[in-house]
Amino acid sequence: MTIKEIPAKTSLRQNHILDLDEFNKSDIEAIFDNTDSMMEVLTRGIRKVPALRGKTIITLFYEASTRTRVSFEQAGKILSADVINVSSDGSSNKKGESLYNTALTLQAMKADAIVIRHQHSGAGYFLAQQMKSTSIINAGDGMHAHPTQSLLDLYTIRKHLGTIESKKVVIVGDLLYSRVARSNLWGLTTMGADIVLSGPNTLLPQDFLDQRIGDVSHPFKNITIENDLDKALNGADVVMALRLQSERQKAGHLPSLREYSRRFGISSERLKLAHPEAIVMHPGPMNEGVEIEPDVAHGQQSVIESQVTTGVAIRMAILYDLITGTHSKKEL
Amino acid sequence: MTSKTLIKGGRIIDPSQGIDQISDLLLVDGLIREINTSISKPKNAEIFDAEGQIVCPGFIDIHCHLREPGEEYKETIKTGTAAAAAGGFTTVCAMPNTQPAMDNQSVVEYVLKKAKETASIRVLPIGAVTIGRKGKQLSEMSELAELGVVGFSDDGDPVEDPNIMRQALSYSAGLKLPIINHCEVPSLADGASMNEGWVSNRLGLKGMPTSAEEVMVARDISLAELTGGHVHIAHASTRGTIDLIRSAKANGIKVTCEVTPHHLTLTENTVMGHGKDDFQPLGTDAYDTNAKVNPPLRSKSDVAAMIESLNKGTIDFIATDHAPHSEVDKMTTFQDSSFGISVLETALGSLMTLVDQGHMEVNTLIKKLTNDPATFLGMDIGNLKTGTSGDITIIDPNETWTVDPGDFISKGKNTPLEGSLLKGKIKATFYQGTKVY
Repeated sequence: MTIKEIPAKTSLRQNHILDLDEFNKSDIEAIFDNTDSMMEVLTRGIRKVPALRGKTIITLFYEASTRTRVSFEQAGKILSADVINVSSDGSSNKKGESLYNTALTLQAMKADAIVIRHQHSGAGYFLAQQMKSTSIINAGDGMHAHPTQSLLDLYTIRKHLGTIESKKVVIVGDLLYSRVARSNLWGLTTMGADIVLSGPNTLLPQDFLDQRIGDVSHPFKNITIENDLDKALNGADVVMALRLQSERQKAGHLPSLREYSRRFGISSERLKLAHPEAIVMHPGPMNEGVEIEPDVAHGQQSVIESQVTTGVAIRMAILYDLITGTHSKKEL
Repeated sequence: MTSKTLIKGGRIIDPSQGIDQISDLLLVDGLIREINTSISKPKNAEIFDAEGQIVCPGFIDIHCHLREPGEEYKETIKTGTAAAAAGGFTTVCAMPNTQPAMDNQSVVEYVLKKAKETASIRVLPIGAVTIGRKGKQLSEMSELAELGVVGFSDDGDPVEDPNIMRQALSYSAGLKLPIINHCEVPSLADGASMNEGWVSNRLGLKGMPTSAEEVMVARDISLAELTGGHVHIAHASTRGTIDLIRSAKANGIKVTCEVTPHHLTLTENTVMGHGKDDFQPLGTDAYDTNAKVNPPLRSKSDVAAMIESLNKGTIDFIATDHAPHSEVDKMTTFQDSSFGISVLETALGSLMTLVDQGHMEVNTLIKKLTNDPATFLGMDIGNLKTGTSGDITIIDPNETWTVDPGDFISKGKNTPLEGSLLKGKIKATFYQGTKVY
């Protein structure tokens, strides 16, 4: 078998992937088209193409992660890039100077792209501002954004339901702290989904509860809040559970995990309230038995494992486009 | 040898005497000698041509962080007062959150000594309310008062324990000095780095609700009423705070408050990057750590309330909360960076936008920087009365300039106004008759 090139186009307007607020519908669809090509590469016997040969990608993880880091690493390697993994326990950098110094160091090494995960919101923006000639990919910043996870969620919905437009997407749980949810609100909104947020008020941003969303001038005018999950699930096409950290109970957001699980956990009984062909999603890692029951997580309607494969293809599409696109030839 | 300076042809504004006229002003031996429509040049007098400019009393800043002793890499009494002079100030009150804190006579004596040696203007120290600003045990307030502190504050932190606050208000009432409180309920603001609202939600930053301020303001008003003490609310920033203060004043409770230039002119959107509206995509200039300040920049509605209440007098005066930091304190993630803005050198320029946009009369603005803080201090400064200290600020109200922190005299280059075009510039500052800027 010969190594074939990939029929991907470079189309990104962005120099960096920091969040989906700067992506319009055609931007996202262009990424989907390239992802289709990458999905084809993933089905080949030899999963290697020379597209990024001689290019360097650094993954810079200040927060523990298996799924996302491996996904980026695999994406880079399939495209023949040299992938260097750096991990650091950010907690020791009390003043955070080291992020600045690290930025200067990596800048000097002339990486083509840096994939950063950091426990503080905006870390990717900080890096992008410091580094003049490297594309930054945000792989999760604090409570703010996780755009590649969101893109793979969107791609997964489209793959299973044919379209995202007008689909009813119910996002359940810890909206307050979830970077995945924040990115998905932009992405799903741009793609025309109807979004229902469900959870206890203590895990919903007060700003959303104040009902500015719903105003015609608000970008999230298509979002509604329904505290009663059973009502929210009525006719849902997509049910997306978010990870519930046990710290939320300690911080006073919840009386108990048990009560949360009974009111907001996705059980097979509850799932029957949704559309019969509804899909169940979870960005991972899951707390089975808390926000999602094991039989649902691994059941017929779950697409959680296919989310993982899609993740590699999405990240291949993004790395390819950012590193070989026209914008990479000029000084950023 | 007598020294004389004749300031010619300026628009003299002294709200304390209701003066607003084109006149000459003569300084002799550090004191104001005369204001008259035409004063002929005395022998050996220096002439300062102030035509087209405003001549007013030197500004007074009740709330300023000079960082010395302990954090001289951020600011010193020398650089901070020189920056203040460049901003038109001739009196600054130094907050006691130094290292060590100004909670005993030795540290205050040190500050006074350094001020005498290095300051270009008047420095009035504020003593700590509690030892180490830890909120547990009152500092020796009488002894600090003997040295001339003008009030007490644990600023940077609130006096959290209501009983300690009660005792402090009661004790200081006997000294006829105010307790200046930084109102913030710690558990409501824990881990927060900006105002709570759409912008914090969007940026994924933990927000401080306005309640974190208002709950403590309400408590302090109640304690001031209980004790007969004078509570001064530092850097009021929310509409709710103003409502509480308005009603307390109407009930005769001894409460005063100040507002900063940034809470009068900037909103929480500043954190999103320069000139960003609520819904625009973020750029790489988002998470501007120079816009991180405590209390945080608030909503448009809060800013409107601040302007209105300053005009109506519910807010007593303007204070800068000048909080200089070094680059290393700010060149990091938003969450990790220090709170504070370097304000002294941009205060007048940014406040003049309120005048330019018709929100405020220039006389009111000057009153809030001169006469009204002087009233708070109970001192005969901040006016142009004959025989008082020659503290004079000269402003060109029409000159436009672009903020370049590289030009700041302050060591703190931390301003969200970098690159902003401001109208209104300090042309000269005289302190006790001597030109210090």
